[in-house]
Parts: sequence; C-alpha cells; structure tokens
Amino acid sequence: MSWAPAAPLGADVLVPPSADVEARSPLQLFWRRFRRDRLAVASLFVVVALIVVAIAAPLIVDVLGLPGPDVQNLNLTNYFGGPLGPSWSHPFGVDKLGEDVMSRVIYGARVSLEVGIIGTLVSTVIGVTLGMLAGFYRGWVDTLLARTMDVFLSIPILLLGLGIGAACAVRGCAAGLIQPGLGVIIFLIAIATWPFQARIVRGLVLSLREQEFIDASRALGASDMRLMFREILPNLSAPIIVYATLQIPLNILFEAALSYLGIGIRPPTPSWGQMIADATPIFNTAWWYMVFPGAALLVTVLAFNLLGDGLRDALNPRGAR
Amino acid sequence: MTAYIVRRILWGIATLVIVCALTFLLFRVLPSANPAVLRAGRNPNPHAIANIEKVLGLNRPLTVQFWDYMKDVVLHFNLGYSFYSDEAVRTLIGERLPATLSLAVGAALLWIVGGLGVGIISGLRPGSWLDRSAMGTALVLVSAPEFWLGLVVLLLFAKDIGVVRIFPGAGSYVGLTSNPWNWFTSMLLPWFVLAAGSAAIFARLMRGGLIEAMGEDYIRTARAKGLRERKVVRQGVRSAINPITTLLALEVSALIGGAVLVETVFNIPGIGRLAYNAIVEGDFAVVQGAVLVAALFVVVANILVDIGYAYLDPRVRYS
Repeated sequence: MSWAPAAPLGADVLVPPSADVEARSPLQLFWRRFRRDRLAVASLFVVVALIVVAIAAPLIVDVLGLPGPDVQNLNLTNYFGGPLGPSWSHPFGVDKLGEDVMSRVIYGARVSLEVGIIGTLVSTVIGVTLGMLAGFYRGWVDTLLARTMDVFLSIPILLLGLGIGAACAVRGCAAGLIQPGLGVIIFLIAIATWPFQARIVRGLVLSLREQEFIDASRALGASDMRLMFREILPNLSAPIIVYATLQIPLNILFEAALSYLGIGIRPPTPSWGQMIADATPIFNTAWWYMVFPGAALLVTVLAFNLLGDGLRDALNPRGAR
Repeated sequence: MTAYIVRRILWGIATLVIVCALTFLLFRVLPSANPAVLRAGRNPNPHAIANIEKVLGLNRPLTVQFWDYMKDVVLHFNLGYSFYSDEAVRTLIGERLPATLSLAVGAALLWIVGGLGVGIISGLRPGSWLDRSAMGTALVLVSAPEFWLGLVVLLLFAKDIGVVRIFPGAGSYVGLTSNPWNWFTSMLLPWFVLAAGSAAIFARLMRGGLIEAMGEDYIRTARAKGLRERKVVRQGVRSAINPITTLLALEVSALIGGAVLVETVFNIPGIGRLAYNAIVEGDFAVVQGAVLVAALFVVVANILVDIGYAYLDPRVRYS
C-alpha cells in the first residue's frame, strides 16, 4: 500500500490518449509477463527442444553418428564382460547388450512425452467434464462425484497400477479396450489423475455459476450446455492450462515408475524408467547406464515444472509468488 | 464435532468397502494369468487345473466368491490365502508390516518436520541466498524420480559401493527390536529418499503461504502492538499451515506408492516388495490384500487429517 495522495476520481480518464498507449489483448498481457520470467522462458526452450528431439530422434541419432537404439553389439564389453563406459563413439556408454545408451536416451524422450502429454489430455477432458457437471448441477450429481473422487483418491494408485499393468501387460484386457504398453499406462493415468482436475474445476464452477453474466445468458435463453461450455469454460482456461502443465511431469514420473517396476513399456522400445531398471543390477559398476536416463528424466520433469510455475505466475498476476 | 467425526468414520468405512469391491472385481475379472494354471506346474493336464480351481474355490460363481471374500474380510479380517504358498495373506502382510511402518512413519516425520521447517525459514527471508538455495534444491527433489534418487544416493553414500562411504547400503535392514541403532542407520537413506519429494512440495507451499500471511494487516498490527517477533511469526505460521493440512492426506497416498519403489531399491522386506513380488508371480490374492491394507492406511490418515482440520478450522464442521 502506498501513502501517496490519491488522484482525484476519474483523473486517469482525463489523460489524452497518446500514441504509445494501446489496447492489449489478454494474450499479449500474458506474454509480456511471461517473457520477464527468465527461468520460465528457459524452461519453455527446453520443452520445445525436447519435443523436437522426440520427433526428430532418427535424424538426430544419424547426425550424431550413433547406432540405432536397438542395434546390439556384444563386442562392446570390457575384460570382465561388463558394458563399456562413455567414449567418443558412445558418449553415454553402452548397456549390457552393447546398445548405445545415448541413442536410447534420445528415443526414450518419445515415450515420456507421449505418456505425459496424451495422458494429461485424456485426464483433463474427463476431469473438466465431470468437475463442470458437478459444480454446475450441484445436488446429487455433486455428491456422487465427491464420493467417487474420495474412493479413487484412497486407492494407492501405484499398487493398483502394478496390478492392472501386470494383468493387462500380456494380452491387453477389457475386451481389447486397454492395449498393453502405452495404452495401459495412459488408461491408468486417466483413472488416477482425473479427480485432481475435477476437484479444481468443480470449485471454480461453483463460484462462476453465481456470477451475473451467467444469469444474463440464462435470461437470454441459453441452454445448460451453452452455459457450461461456451460461457463458463472459457473463464476456466487459465487454471486448466496451468494444472495440465503441472500434471505432465507427474505423469512422466508415473510412467517411469511403472516401467522401472517392469510393467509398462516393454523392450525393445526404449523408455527411461525401463533403462534404469535394466541398469539396477549393475549400477555400481556401470553407473553411466543408470545416471544418464535418470538425468534425462530429471531435466524433462524439471523443465515442465518450471514451465508450469511460470505459466501460473503469468496467468495469475495477483498470486503470491 | 462428535457428529462430524461419526459421519467421517462411517464414510471411511464405506470407502473401504467400495475399494474392497473394486479390487476384488479388478483382480478376478482382469488377470490374464489364471492362478490355477500358474500353480499346476509345467504342461498341466486339464484335470489337475480343474482340481486346483475347485480347491481354491475359483469354479464357483463370481457373486458367491465375492460374498465369501467380503464376509471373511469384514468379519475376520481374513484376506484370503496366497495362491502360491497357501499362507494366509494376513500373516504375510503382518510379518512385513514393521518394515513398511518404520519406513513410512520415519519418512512422514522427516517430510512434515523437514518440509515445514525449510518452508518457514525460506518464507521468512524470501530472496536470501538461503531461501534461493533451499527452493532450488526443493525443485530438483520434486522433479527427481524416487527410485533413481535412491540409486544415486546409494552410489554416492552407501558403505559398500559409495564414493563417500557413510551410510549402510541396500539390503542392510534389521528389525527395530533386534538392533535399534543399526535399524536407525540403515533407514536413514530410505527415509531421506522417500521423504524428499513430499518434503519439497510442502516446503514450497509453506513458503508461499507464509510470505502471503506475513504481508497481511494482522501481522502489522501484531508488530505495531510490540509483540516479540517469535510470537508474530507464530501467528503467520498458524494461518499459513491450515490450507496445507488438507494436502497431507493426498501425500500419504503418494508416500505409500513411493514406499513400493523405495523398498525395491533398498531391498527392504516390506509390504511393497511383497506386493511387487506377488504381481510378478501372478499371486493376486496377495496383491489384493496389499492394496486393501494400503487403502486402509490412506483412509485412516484421511480421517485423522479431516478431524484435525475440523479442530483447527471450525467452519468445516458445519458444512
């Protein structure tokens, strides 16, 4: 709070409009704030770079002159039969099958980003829809949803995921609806994380539905569907984007944990979690095989976390941080 | 208050029954491996399989199996019998409970005390080097996968393979009653790894809440009337801590999931590793039991947190 004397009421209106005062759209305002946050901009670069790496993985591996991710070469062992460490031709070393670790780390970005982004999209759609219905209609719909969320939140999801993953990992299940590998993981993420989104959206809708513009719209004869998805939903876009961005790293970690425990992405498709699992029995001698995929995970998750923080600060300038 | 507690406990019981039903359905309907086939050994003949199904009661209608299962769980806390060893799941879990409890309780203490402590120190001096380094560390710990962090700390600090050989490494777990000191030292690394992520989240939230609270008018009032700084801070902390309590219950669920990973990495003979091995073997009776026991922990933690919150914030009791 400042102690400067307050300007007379309406003084700002009297200032003649000059050339350097221009209207800014919310998007422009957001971008100006976001740009000032150097950490957030850097993390945006990292995220974009990761996406490029994932898409152009074959090209990058080629340019770097590395062998493909599943090219095995059992000659690349040391005197004791262990894998060889980092060298010029294999900057991250090789694994126990003689596969190039750097090449596998590059390809591993694909699984992590796919799971992170698709899983988040699916759970966001479910969470936003259910949260919207509960907050808008209240009453028994709301009670039912709240109770369902309680049940879902009290199931330790990693254990349940392990169970479902093990059960579905071979042939898929639920009549082929859940396919082994990526499908199982995305399904698990969807059922595990929608309550978080739903809870947040519900809370916001509860207060938005009492606002005057909703009354006005209803008076004009808008249907419930229109009120929910054309009037209320656009007002929720900022929090939804922020929470979705912060959900991506959690999903990436979830996939890594499942793959680490041997359920989830199966070889030969490279996944960072699965690489760390392979490395575990020999990690005291072949440290590179464990350290590099983990570092890739750390950098990816960190970048998404920082990006999410930056988006939150830029979209919600009144926030404390 | 009593009415609130009763309502909360009744709903907790209902949640457990629903979780019980869900896990039963999942693990009877979904498994692609028939436990009877698993038990019958190599090249089983259909007769042997049918026999085993009969012994395990798998040939009865699903509804009957479900009713019997629920009856056993509710009336006798009997969680069924391992498909492999015929041992009671209750016994298997009971034997491994101390290891998991020492891991989870120790990590929870470290998480809450460490997380809130660091958050308060950071929040009182935002922008200082202490705050910035603490928050930087927190961000890295939030982003690091537990199992990887576990391997890295083993590589750095384990007595057998570490660079700096200070702490006992993987597989060094001993029971609390057999050797308290060794128990304590062997749990130090697992506690740290399991607590790190949650503690970091709490530190960040606590810091944010405290910065906001310390800017409020009542803090200025408290200072203006000459309260000692310690008392002023206590008021700020008190109001910043309330919203964080509700997140406790969610983090308990995450902590139990993390325990599976940490037990695997550090070779601790707990429920998590039991469940993991059971999954690998297709022993779904054990998996189901472990999920239920874990859900029991989460529900109880939820109830305790909610009651604590209602005690702190009277508005909750009447909503």
